Amino acid sequence: MNTDATRDLLDVVHAACDDLSSPEAVARTPAGDWNAELWKTLQDIGITLLPVAENFGGAGGDLPTAAAVLRAIGSHAAAVPAAETALLAGWLLSICGTDIPSGPLTAALAPPDMVLSRTGRGWELDGVLRRVPWARHCSVVAVVVQHEMVDHLVLVDPAATVVETGVNLAGEPRDTLHLTSVPISPDRARRLPEHGEVEAGFRRRAALGRALLMSGAADRAVDLSTRYAGQREQFGRPLAKFQAIQQHIAHMAGEALALHVATDAATVALAEGSNPGMAIAAAKTTAGHAASTIAALAHQVHGAIGFTSEHDLHLTTTRLWAWRDEDGNEHEWASQLGEQALRTPPDQLWAQLLRP
Amino acid sequence: MTALSLDAVSSTAELGRLRGQVRDFIAAERNSGHFTPAVNSWQTGWDPEFSRRLGARGWLGMTFPERYRRSAPDGALARFAVTEELLAAGAPVAAHWVADRQSGPAILRFGTDEQKAAFLPGIARGDLFFAIGMSEPDSGSDLASVRTRALPVAGGWRLNGTKVWSSGAHLAHWMIVLARTSPLRRDDRHAGLTQFLVDLTTPGIEVRPIRLLNGEHHFNEVVFTDAFVPDTRVLGEVGDGWHQVTGELALERSGPERILSSYPLLAAFLLHAQRTSSSTVDFYAIGTLLARLWTLLAMSSSVAAQLDAGRSPDVEAAVVKDLGTRFEGLVIDTVRQLAHIEPDPTNTETLINMLAEAVIHLPSFTLRGGTNEILRGIIAKHMGVR
Repeated sequence: MNTDATRDLLDVVHAACDDLSSPEAVARTPAGDWNAELWKTLQDIGITLLPVAENFGGAGGDLPTAAAVLRAIGSHAAAVPAAETALLAGWLLSICGTDIPSGPLTAALAPPDMVLSRTGRGWELDGVLRRVPWARHCSVVAVVVQHEMVDHLVLVDPAATVVETGVNLAGEPRDTLHLTSVPISPDRARRLPEHGEVEAGFRRRAALGRALLMSGAADRAVDLSTRYAGQREQFGRPLAKFQAIQQHIAHMAGEALALHVATDAATVALAEGSNPGMAIAAAKTTAGHAASTIAALAHQVHGAIGFTSEHDLHLTTTRLWAWRDEDGNEHEWASQLGEQALRTPPDQLWAQLLRP
Repeated sequence: MTALSLDAVSSTAELGRLRGQVRDFIAAERNSGHFTPAVNSWQTGWDPEFSRRLGARGWLGMTFPERYRRSAPDGALARFAVTEELLAAGAPVAAHWVADRQSGPAILRFGTDEQKAAFLPGIARGDLFFAIGMSEPDSGSDLASVRTRALPVAGGWRLNGTKVWSSGAHLAHWMIVLARTSPLRRDDRHAGLTQFLVDLTTPGIEVRPIRLLNGEHHFNEVVFTDAFVPDTRVLGEVGDGWHQVTGELALERSGPERILSSYPLLAAFLLHAQRTSSSTVDFYAIGTLLARLWTLLAMSSSVAAQLDAGRSPDVEAAVVKDLGTRFEGLVIDTVRQLAHIEPDPTNTETLINMLAEAVIHLPSFTLRGGTNEILRGIIAKHMGVR
């Protein structure tokens, strides 16, 4: 997709979010709820399965465009499973050659103790899926689970499970599903391609999706802080006139730019298959670091009012805090980077850092 | 608010080949014993012969038009690729550094055809070296307040004043000097400044060493007493000095040397950690460094791509320099913490003396070429909060 078409698409997405996911609307959303109306509009626009191939019901768009859309979604704090549907469930279903159901989708990697067993022609699934994003609102949870050492994709209907609701710091649904001998019909379980590195791919895509949402939220926090500093007056002048505030905003803007570039470059690495592991580890680590700095400084700039429920800032900062610890935090991803680096000759490591 | 923007840039096969050639060159130089890797080598590693060998390969003046240099891949991205390889290896690139990075490009942009012909080929060959004449004892961050005065005389100008922090001025051939040609106006502090191409062998120029806290000499104070500069050596327009110097500053701030000054230390440490399989190695701390480095290199490429596209990403360059120089310090502190060694500049072991060198020079990283506080002020202004 060329950049003009991408810009036009982003304009449409932003307009839809301005209309249906305004700060007031987001603030009014009860904890655990979702934005069904926005989802329908995004589906109509054609972005919910943007990077999925057309013959599987997607829009056949490229990853960088999908990335830009996710960043926009994140900046509006939109209560929809955009990343889960586009990057995870849609991807899993398309690599299995399965038609993708309509509606909001989510996905999960089964824990080691989850059991998929055969029952005649069908299957049964037992175990617990913890903190699955948006599960209670989704028609399908796409689960990656092993059967006899082979990865399978199983489509689970949350209604067939016992749903233990949960939320993250921003009130987004993170539901734990208890499965007790849940029947799975033959058409809802398929082998995943062997040697597909599905688990690693899932973790990376989940982390990248989260980092892209964080990038949008980071941009929003910088924007809110810049505006507030220009408007709020103390000592007879706007906060923006004080060097301490100027330095904070510059610091925030720098981190937001770093995150923007890191997530864009990681998206390209995933699309091109050029060392996406290192790229996404770097991007999610950068996201955590940026989120911590930006959220803290945004609250400093906004003063006491920014810490209230009345003000919009918390819609963005609670997401930065929540997403920072989802799909692997800085410690997890940076440790992986470091461990890998120490097994790599320094000359080779240098070449990898340059994103060939 | 005007958004900051940098597009991610993919490398090309051509750049990959270029990097390979530079790596081969570096390996051969090291095997011949021509240099020992050092931190901060772009400031401390003065080696005219090394510079000439780079010039012979076509790896200097890469942003100059072909007629002024030896044929090779050109443009900012290519130059960044070459300099990244050299800096990561801690190669002695100081002699040609200023000329290649900013003086040559300034002459290219503002110089007469005669000046371009007179200077650019020598810079590209690596045998014509420049120093910077900007800061003064009373003018550091506030560059517009410089007092070095150029008075018009027959056939040229008479220069009086003092410049400081001129790296390599005791060894360089020429200096671009920022001087006042009209009195300071309170309503327009930037007006009345002019840049001069000054031959450092001119009578009336005295170069005095500035010694750093460890006694090292790279920087100098340069005193001009009635030093004559001919009209043919005014760079650009009389009175246009501020506009010209800010363009030069963008080049000074945008490069990979603002990220990689301490990389040789990191490389040495990683090698040491692998060889000793130390149990105190902290994967998280190392990975944190690598995540930031990966991101900064991506940002730096984006800046280079914008330069190649004829744009002037001054504010984005300021971000990269701000984050990059802080990263350089984080490398030093992380290695220090994990290596459990006592820095000693006289020790023959690479890691120990490199760490000493790095710790001592670290304060300068966030001061030189624009303090981080000034850089953040530039960013804040762009964000509309200043």
